[in-house]
Amino acid sequence: MSGIKVILDKCVGCGLCLKVCPTQAITLEDKKAIIDLDACTLCGACIDSCKFQAIEIVRQTIVKDDISAYKGVWVFVEQRNGVISSVVFELLAKARELAKDLNTYVGAILLGYGITDKAGELIHRGADKVFVIDSQALQHYISENYTSAIAGLIGKYKPEVILAGATTTGRSLVSRIAVSIYAGLTADCTGLDIDKEKKILIQTRPAFGGNIMAQIICPNFRPQMATVRHKVMPESDNDPSRKGEIIKESFDVNNQDKRIKFLDFVKEAISTVNLAEADIIVSGGRGLGEAGNFKLIEELAESIGAAVGSSRACVDAGWIPYSHQVGQTGMTVCPKIYIACGISGQIQHLVGMQSSKIIIAINKDADAPIFKVANYGIVGDLFKVIPLLTKKLKESPKELANKD
Amino acid sequence: MRILVCIKQVPDTTDVKINPETNTLIRDGVASIINPFDMYAIEEGVLLKERFGGEVVAITMGPPQAQEALREAISLGVDSVIHLSDRVFAGSDTWATSLILAEAIKKIGDFDLVICGKQASDGDTAQVGPGIATHINLPQATYVRRIDTIHLDTSPQIMVVERLLEEGYELLELQLPALITVVKDLNTPRLPSLRGKMAARKVEIPTWSNKELNISEDKIGLKGSPTQVVKIFTPPQKESGKIFEGDPEEATTKLVEEIKDIL
Repeated sequence: MSGIKVILDKCVGCGLCLKVCPTQAITLEDKKAIIDLDACTLCGACIDSCKFQAIEIVRQTIVKDDISAYKGVWVFVEQRNGVISSVVFELLAKARELAKDLNTYVGAILLGYGITDKAGELIHRGADKVFVIDSQALQHYISENYTSAIAGLIGKYKPEVILAGATTTGRSLVSRIAVSIYAGLTADCTGLDIDKEKKILIQTRPAFGGNIMAQIICPNFRPQMATVRHKVMPESDNDPSRKGEIIKESFDVNNQDKRIKFLDFVKEAISTVNLAEADIIVSGGRGLGEAGNFKLIEELAESIGAAVGSSRACVDAGWIPYSHQVGQTGMTVCPKIYIACGISGQIQHLVGMQSSKIIIAINKDADAPIFKVANYGIVGDLFKVIPLLTKKLKESPKELANKD
Repeated sequence: MRILVCIKQVPDTTDVKINPETNTLIRDGVASIINPFDMYAIEEGVLLKERFGGEVVAITMGPPQAQEALREAISLGVDSVIHLSDRVFAGSDTWATSLILAEAIKKIGDFDLVICGKQASDGDTAQVGPGIATHINLPQATYVRRIDTIHLDTSPQIMVVERLLEEGYELLELQLPALITVVKDLNTPRLPSLRGKMAARKVEIPTWSNKELNISEDKIGLKGSPTQVVKIFTPPQKESGKIFEGDPEEATTKLVEEIKDIL
């Protein structure tokens, strides 16, 4: 039977595990840790805290089917109107690495309507095989229809690994696929490696808004599925001489889910650069004082080809739409550079941006928590600092915008 | 309308601190709250009930202390609650968790809409909502920021929702019963009313174990979960940054000097 136990010989009663248990399931009796199994959620926090390896989780495992039959590292190709999302090229680069370690091929799953001619681009970017389903029923992304189409491909071709972007589309889609085929899925990975001995995927992801990292494996189920955070991994190169195979499959319209209909897509006019795709984000906070001052942020963003973000305070005050909110109840972003202006850095904001590669903070309060996560910072009046910065960056000879 | 809301009790992130010596998360004395996104799910359920009549039922899976989250849901206007708790549920990943919630929803039966928060603030996966929808075979809309229209007098009943995407939003029409996951933009959660608080104190909370749900133990808990957490660690602390103070002209010049090569 699966469960958790304290190895009494090893437990010294130090009590470290009591402090990390999120459900207060552990008590000390006679200097030994006792776990209340009704309160324990088997989260494993105590195991990592124990310096004496005195707690272990016993895991009875089931093996679903012959996992050796599964080959290939697949990437879900997210596209809108035939424009492939840049996260796909990041996934293809990672897939090539993983496929090399697993000694297998890279597959791309391309679904849509009138998109077959995009297969070549995917081959140039690293796919060995492109599985294409070109059907009017798949013109717009609908989770239910995409799930049944891809589940069909998985059943037929048995891939070992499937990667998708951790986008609104990717996360909604692969959650459905994983459940429908009973496969393991890890969300929002920032690291993917192959355990070279066991030939399994090691998935690293942040939890608690990046305060902790978890490594997750899926040894007994196939395919091993993961969504991958945008902008963490480099894109694959475009090599027009690469050769690959295009495999055309069809979508059975009888499988189309009639209960859900796509009506329209409305592009939000205010955002010139979208937050998830941006290499640089300039965010404004309460320190801006009023809605009109967001133009300082917009000007700075424009001068360096950045997207505009915001703290929760400004969204709640109605200064800027919710789609710009970064943080716990908004978006999690991880651009190459994040510039926080007039944002004090409450934990709810930090969890949404602290994985950014470089953080620059501008704030008048030298003790603001944002400076603790900042690589660079200016303590000063943002109404003076931001216009100066905008001016100097415009003058800077380097090409600062997205270099793609 | 009969609306089911799935909620999760999570540690309050505002309290999360890192022990600088051991570099581990300090959970001692950390308050538990309802997952922030679930607050919008509860509010939307209550708003729909106020508009169309009916009932809102909140369900949660978790250890005994998760009942506190259900009491809070009652104080916010939810009519009744169900607590799912059993040793065999412990260690469930998103696959198994969504199965347990789905089986509970099937047992409750006769509902028009299931509402979940878009994701929980501790795990951040956003997988359980779509997972439930798949287990029950419901049409889903994730990241819903607005319910535009609901037609309960048509056959089938339909609703039109706005689904928030990275670069805008899309309009989807769903047949009921359906499942939606919601984002913050949807509404402004109310504060508990005095009457709600009284009701929360008095409410009897039914707990369903796996005896009631009767799910194969091969599909839940550690055993039924395809994924396994092998290691949890704290990311290395950042080195302290270069902070410039004083004359803005000078400070910005220094900053631009530092960053111009990395931009």
